[in-house]
Amino acid sequence: MDLKVIVNEERCKSCGLCVNICPKHVLRISNKINSKGYHPVELFDNENCISCGFCYLVCPDMAIAEVKKPEPVK
Amino acid sequence: MGEKLLMKGAEAIAEAAIRGGAMAFFGYPITPQNETPEYFSRRMPELGRVFLQAESEVAAINMVYGAACTGTRAITTSSSPGISLMQEGFSYIANTNVPCVVVNAMRGGPGLGDIAPAQADYFQATKGGGHGDYHSIVIAPHTVQEEADLMFDAFELADKYRIMVVVLVDGLLGQMMEPVEFKDWVDVKKFKTPEWATVGQGERAERNILISFDLMAEGLEKMNLVLQEKYAKIRENEVRFEEYKMDDAAYAITAFGTVARIAKTTIELARSEGIKVGLIRPITLYPFPEKVIGNRASQVKFFFDTEMNEGQMLEDVKLSVNGKKPVYFHGRLGGIVPTAEEILDEFKKHLGG
Amino acid sequence: MKTLYKVPSAITSTDTTYCPGCTHGVAHRIIGELLDEMGLTKQAVIVWPVGCSVFGYYFIGTDALIAAHGRACAMATGVKRTHPESFVLTYQGDGDYGSIGIAEAVHAAARGENITTVFINNGNYGMTGGQMAPTTLIGQVTTTSPYGRKPEANGFPLHIPEMFATMDGPAYIARGALDNPQHITQSKNFIRKAFKAQLNKLGYSLVELVSTCPTNWKMTPVEAVERVKKEVLPVFPIGEFRVVKGVE
Repeated sequence: MDLKVIVNEERCKSCGLCVNICPKHVLRISNKINSKGYHPVELFDNENCISCGFCYLVCPDMAIAEVKKPEPVK
Repeated sequence: MGEKLLMKGAEAIAEAAIRGGAMAFFGYPITPQNETPEYFSRRMPELGRVFLQAESEVAAINMVYGAACTGTRAITTSSSPGISLMQEGFSYIANTNVPCVVVNAMRGGPGLGDIAPAQADYFQATKGGGHGDYHSIVIAPHTVQEEADLMFDAFELADKYRIMVVVLVDGLLGQMMEPVEFKDWVDVKKFKTPEWATVGQGERAERNILISFDLMAEGLEKMNLVLQEKYAKIRENEVRFEEYKMDDAAYAITAFGTVARIAKTTIELARSEGIKVGLIRPITLYPFPEKVIGNRASQVKFFFDTEMNEGQMLEDVKLSVNGKKPVYFHGRLGGIVPTAEEILDEFKKHLGG
Repeated sequence: MKTLYKVPSAITSTDTTYCPGCTHGVAHRIIGELLDEMGLTKQAVIVWPVGCSVFGYYFIGTDALIAAHGRACAMATGVKRTHPESFVLTYQGDGDYGSIGIAEAVHAAARGENITTVFINNGNYGMTGGQMAPTTLIGQVTTTSPYGRKPEANGFPLHIPEMFATMDGPAYIARGALDNPQHITQSKNFIRKAFKAQLNKLGYSLVELVSTCPTNWKMTPVEAVERVKKEVLPVFPIGEFRVVKGVE
């Protein structure tokens, strides 16, 4: 399945607001390092993401670039 | 050229600005120029133009700044204490490269001072009362007719160089009534929003950002060099002055504005006593007519500068003379206007030296 | 896959200069979303303040000006009076709007200028290192109230929307918060109404946004949003304080 949350890793400042607000705990601060020296967030459990968009809403850096929802299977 | 009208200076300035294309006036009441905003408040709505009495001079100059950024011909008028409040705005306008006109009807200072005429804002106007390396074009009329004529030029110069133009007058020039003939109306229907203006990107390929700011010193130096280049062009091309009876003069009086018109009477009195004195009257105080003064230094025995201040333009006269001849001074402070006879008496003290 | 949320095109690709967790970015994004949704981006002129958001013109892609400190409402008045078809927004912080700029703010509101102000309340002067602001709470420690704000020395915080609601010039006044998704969505709705007030020429519109300043509050971003909920909103409650007919 395609990713429900698209992260722009270069814009993330590792503030943790999205990790804190996610009701399904599918986001975490990764071990990667972006060019600014921050550890960007990652969506590590795409399956359990409910596409609520809370991460997008609270992100101050446009690092949550897009939130998508799977179309229902007919 | 139209009919000749008998008008008060403060109102002639407003009418001339309006005919010269002023589309927006923002100002605050202050004596001795209240007739000017009051005149604008009647005329601007008649013509569908903008008049707004701001909550302070600080607000007024920032409204002018905003209007200037849209490329609109905007003007404010005030007097010395109010002009002091506007200095921050002047500095911002300078480094944003947007045009506007400011009229200062000088009064006695410092501080709250009085409401009598003075010329003590020369330094503030020409050397920059706001912060940083900037200049405005400063023009100083000496009759109501000249006030009217120069208002048209003020807007033209402002637009040509994207610069603030200060028209420096005083309460006397504001209150006196003289005949005035206005130049033809500028056709404001021909005005177009400049490409650089911030009015919304619209059809433009790029958005416009008009700021007086660059956090990187290298960038700010570049902005400053743009200003310096502009000022060099202005010094080269926009100097204005009047020479009165200088061709055979053995002595030169230097004066501007109200004192210059008094000095013309002094010269008549002197010449009736056989003293050959003339007047060099700067019309642009910035750019200063240093060359013409410097050139006359070889001709005259001394210069005699007279102003309603402690000796402000005096310094620019001395710099222009550059030590070649003496430069003497007579000034009155606090709003006192010297008489023609008083100037002559003070001048004569230096004769036979 | 259906896209539910996407960063709006009015937001540029320039990374913001704000501290991690600072809610300026959230405020910028919801403004950008509304500019996109209401088709206002090409009409807009934003007057940016002196403060952390002096750089805002890098992040929202409209025609832009920077006003002298506190003067944005006067500058915006100059733009709007001479170009009423422009959509004019001022974006200002605690000092710019509530302190040095309060006269310009009050009078733009009193005149009912058809401009919109988004006022960021984070209880201190962020750019200059965290000094006391008109919105600093009693007891709050800042770099110029190191013993905590005391009324006998520094008076009381200003409740700006409540004050301005006593005037007839404003068409819409609200206070929102940016501490959680519900409040953020609600704040966006408040700003939408403010934009409508300007478009319908009803008068001045103001939305205060209670925001965080993790760096100067000396907290993590998560602690900072908690502080908004526990300490700040009880003093500065969310609500609409003036809504004239025609704004809805």
